[in-house]
Amino acid sequence: MSPTTQNPDSEKKTYRAQAERAKTGETSEKKTYAAQAAKAHDKDAPGTAPVAGPVDKGARMVPLPSDGIVPERDLYSTPVLECRHLGIDFGGLHAVEDFNLIVGKTEIAGLIGPNGAGKTTVFNLLTKVYQPTRGTILLDGKDTSGMNTARLSREGVARTFQNIRLFSSMTVEENVTIGLHNAVPYGMWSGILRLPKYWVSEHKLHERAMELLDVFDMTGVANVEAGNLPYGAQRRLEIVRALATGPKLLLLDEPAAGMNPSETAELMENIRKIRDDFQIAVLLIEHDMDLVMGICEGIAVLNYGKIIAKGTPAEIQGNPQVIEAYLGSDATKEA
Amino acid sequence: MAKETTAAAVPTKDRLLKALTGNLGTYLIVVAFFVIIEAMIAGKSITSAFQGQLVPICVYVSAALSLNLVVGVSGELSLGHAGFMSVGAFSGAILSSVLMDAVPDPALRLLLCIITGGIFGAIFGAIVGVPVMRLSGDYLAIVTLAFGEIIKNLLNNLYVGHDAAGLHFSMTDTTSLGMTNGTVVVNGPQGAVGITKISTFVAGTLLVLFTLFVVLNLMKSRSGRAIMAVRDNKIAAEAVGINVTKYRLMAFVVAAALAGMAGALYAMNFSSVVPSRFDYNTSILILVYVVLGGIGSMRGSVIAAAILTVLPETLRFMADYRMLIYAVVLIAVMVLPNIPAVASLMEKVKEAMPWNKRTTAEEGGAQ
Repeated sequence: MSPTTQNPDSEKKTYRAQAERAKTGETSEKKTYAAQAAKAHDKDAPGTAPVAGPVDKGARMVPLPSDGIVPERDLYSTPVLECRHLGIDFGGLHAVEDFNLIVGKTEIAGLIGPNGAGKTTVFNLLTKVYQPTRGTILLDGKDTSGMNTARLSREGVARTFQNIRLFSSMTVEENVTIGLHNAVPYGMWSGILRLPKYWVSEHKLHERAMELLDVFDMTGVANVEAGNLPYGAQRRLEIVRALATGPKLLLLDEPAAGMNPSETAELMENIRKIRDDFQIAVLLIEHDMDLVMGICEGIAVLNYGKIIAKGTPAEIQGNPQVIEAYLGSDATKEA
Repeated sequence: MAKETTAAAVPTKDRLLKALTGNLGTYLIVVAFFVIIEAMIAGKSITSAFQGQLVPICVYVSAALSLNLVVGVSGELSLGHAGFMSVGAFSGAILSSVLMDAVPDPALRLLLCIITGGIFGAIFGAIVGVPVMRLSGDYLAIVTLAFGEIIKNLLNNLYVGHDAAGLHFSMTDTTSLGMTNGTVVVNGPQGAVGITKISTFVAGTLLVLFTLFVVLNLMKSRSGRAIMAVRDNKIAAEAVGINVTKYRLMAFVVAAALAGMAGALYAMNFSSVVPSRFDYNTSILILVYVVLGGIGSMRGSVIAAAILTVLPETLRFMADYRMLIYAVVLIAVMVLPNIPAVASLMEKVKEAMPWNKRTTAEEGGAQ
């Protein structure tokens, strides 16, 4: 164990450090977790300012020339997500039109809007469940056109679903292990013939799954069938499974749906913790405004498939167009 | 924190134990069945009719296990499984005839035939699977059903012989094979003829154990989990980076290979095998074993296939009524577990079993 990670939180943070070390082939144990994480994340963009230390909360948002905003700390790294004029038609219906969004490397971003605005459709476009009719999606500066959902997961996009989609007949641990599918690969023959690689990989899978479950204090239910978990725990498990794929961008579709206020508060803490520990970007859809305004740094508001406003929580709260979208035009007049 | 670490550490040992004993039970059932039958044969307390059923039992158990990999683990309905068996049966029969002089040892020849049956099963599984895996549900069922019929009709018109010059194939008749002094192995609608019976009950039991080994180990591995993930939720599986087509195809091809092996063993048990032996009815019969044994339950497939293969023969003393009894048994097995009173009774019996008692006590202790 590294001498620089002796604080009580170090237990939980070491996982990511290990994972990154494995990825970059870095074997030195002497570097601090943060430096390793930063190094791993900036390896694609040499010469840019590295993120040092834990992310400062309430970062200043900086407008970009291309009509987007990112936290100041992410200004010098490639944005993890950049959508340019994204659009999809279902028959004659323009479900999403001219969607432009930039999400910074370690930003927690929010996508809000009234029911049927097209928020989940945007997520389905970002994960290529639907192929966009128009426009470009750049993931960490890389064009994603022609990729399918599985490929995009390998490129670093993980998501949860509005209606929970767990592998419900399998245990909690197996669900996470399936999330680690591409992180710890071994072939069919190793599995059938129980070659040494099987035992080594399965041991690694078990340990990593337990470390990931520990992020949400779920190691105690590792052997419970996923479908038997309470609703809130199922939502948390979906997040853990998404994290297991080692994403750069985590898409959360209504993570607080069906949770009570104390669970929501805990979830907010956890989302921040995930961002800080794993140094990833989070884009979330949520109707719970306390959560959105509490943790999101940049917010985009969608209505009828178009972005009607972008800005910080404070700006969005005071935006008359947003109020009109949610409450109707009469409310604006009266206000 | 400390409590959780121990809670996480204990199941590791437990899991290993459970994984071992869970699979071990199924292997033990097969071995126990083998030992009992061998003892009965030694004690001469077995009818010759039943003895003739032993290899077919092993064949159907293997076939049911492999179909369960498609239906239970991968969640796809395949109605052409007997087609893969016939591919294995005919390729095995041809090889057996060719190798008759080269490999005099019947056990080794049988092994080579079974392996060849498996390889050809896998090849046909891939040929059918690649286009078919674009479909799912009813469409997949229809296409696999059609495949079974196509294979049967192709084999009905296939003539194969071999002489000093090698193998000869024809789709018209035996004379067009153009052989001098050759042996006809496959003779159109008469099927594979002149097979030397080399299948044994020991070989059958080994094949069942091998099939169990492959299927159970595959299920408890990364690939198997990916296959089950696709079955449980295709969209979520894709979202965690699983190549859906690859894993559906993997299950399909492995199952086809295992069915081909079972088919080869089946052919080697008779002096001739006709293509119509592996028709639509056989596919459905295997599916019945899988469904009645419990979809996804390998142990269930073993038991159901064994009992339901024996049953029609055992009921022969009832003459005309035997198919009636057979049908009643099928209906009873389907209906009974869904009656609440019977279900709760079965649960109680399950809990009373010594191995289940131990795990519940441990779980209570851990909490």
